[in-house]
Amino acid sequence: MTRAGWIRLLVIAAMIGALELACRLDFIDHRVMIPPSEMATALVAILASGQLNDDIARTLGVIAIAVAMSVVLGFALGLLIHALPRLRGALDPFFATYYAVPVFIFYPVMIAIFGLSVIPIVLMGVATAIVAMIIATLNGLDRIPRVLTKVARVHRMGRFATALQLQLPAAAPYLFTGVKLSVSYAFIAVIAAEFILAPAGLGRAIANAYADFDNRRMYALMLFVLLIATVVNAGLHAWDLRWARRRGARPS
Amino acid sequence: MYGDIHAQFAGVTRVYAGTGGHSPVHALGPIDVNLHKGEFFAVVGPSGCGKSTFLEVLAGLQQPTAGAVTFEGRAVTGEVPDGIGVVFQEDASFPWLTVWDNAAFGLQRKGTAPSEVRRRVDDALAFMGLKDFARAYPSQLSGGMRQRVCIARTLVLQPRLILLDEPFGALDAQTRLLMGDEVLRLWRQTGATVLLITHALDEATMLADRIGAMSARPGRFIEIIETGWPRQRDSTIVAEPTFGEITGRLWERLRGESLKALGHSDMPPPALAAE
Repeated sequence: MTRAGWIRLLVIAAMIGALELACRLDFIDHRVMIPPSEMATALVAILASGQLNDDIARTLGVIAIAVAMSVVLGFALGLLIHALPRLRGALDPFFATYYAVPVFIFYPVMIAIFGLSVIPIVLMGVATAIVAMIIATLNGLDRIPRVLTKVARVHRMGRFATALQLQLPAAAPYLFTGVKLSVSYAFIAVIAAEFILAPAGLGRAIANAYADFDNRRMYALMLFVLLIATVVNAGLHAWDLRWARRRGARPS
Repeated sequence: MYGDIHAQFAGVTRVYAGTGGHSPVHALGPIDVNLHKGEFFAVVGPSGCGKSTFLEVLAGLQQPTAGAVTFEGRAVTGEVPDGIGVVFQEDASFPWLTVWDNAAFGLQRKGTAPSEVRRRVDDALAFMGLKDFARAYPSQLSGGMRQRVCIARTLVLQPRLILLDEPFGALDAQTRLLMGDEVLRLWRQTGATVLLITHALDEATMLADRIGAMSARPGRFIEIIETGWPRQRDSTIVAEPTFGEITGRLWERLRGESLKALGHSDMPPPALAAE
């Protein structure tokens, strides 16, 4: 691990330690927050009991569907918009301001249309994540070196071969940034949507624990969500880093 | 002194259509010139004079507006003919592939037998001094080495006409001289015809058998100078008096054109050269 990595780890450990002490010494009311060690113990107990397996599987499944849809549709739409410069000119302002709009206000509308099921949650995940993928696709396509098109012609490659063998690999780092952002946005949107209103899922379980004043359960589940998000993002970052090192570029 | 005609430009012009209310741009020509089999021909001229357009028309990457281009007796019509290899000024190495895979790209695309791919790629990498970097990625190499990777990728296809579009433009002066030696070695050993586009007069003088000095846009050859160098030559010729004489003569012909390209129009137009 790098020196910066060790320092980062030390800062996190120090913050957790400080929180533990603050809770144990009653600087923080036990009704407001429990010590991190108790969160971890409660989480282990919950996971061992298997009582939340269905919720975990449901939430992760919904996130996976939302990410898959965002990445596939976002990439396809990015390709289409890139090929139509006038359409792009018209849409660019929307993309630039999209994340300034709280798309969550449409969640009740989606529930009204599709009912209280996974569909509105998946759609919220897609609505939040897809634009990041479209923007990343446009960015990646813009940055394909023009000389590659000439190289393709020298090798007498058709359009499909050029796209698959040259343009896609050249744009891959930017597309991967889109995938990373889509995962993050979908994660946030799905958990938040479940928290607001859903029949089941991790977000719903946290909301129920919150409503029941069950701090141990609520913090244990929050810790679980944080751990999953950290592991997924660390995995994606490690992959990105590996690619970037090969290409001599900085990770996105 | 020269072999058969390898490539021919006959009355070639290239005019870019005007877009967005702008007038059409007459970039090139008319050009009438022959490249002979096995010769090293360089083109020099002011920025924007159409040097690269000249190369791209010969490569089949652009269609001439008028006139005809032939390679080995066959018309070049909008497709890169078999037997022509091109090395571009920009870094065209594929950063996602190793040096070895970069070099093998064209052969693998053509479906060449794996044993033959291995043999040709290993030979090309050894020839370009990249044998020890076969498993490296382009990002781990210097700019000069990345350009050598691109040359190796061209070389494995055994082109009979190699087109070099300012391949050393981004390199420092010393590296350019050394790369020039590499290109001369490549030219001698392959027996290919080489067309070099460059803005560096000294580079053209050192490398070429003949140098076409191009006018400001629209690019036409105002003089074609024979250097008279022996086939066995390297960068040490830069110390010879003839080297300075040829470079000086080129500059004498191109100074007015370069001024014109910069927007000074008070220079008298040069007489057009007939080959």
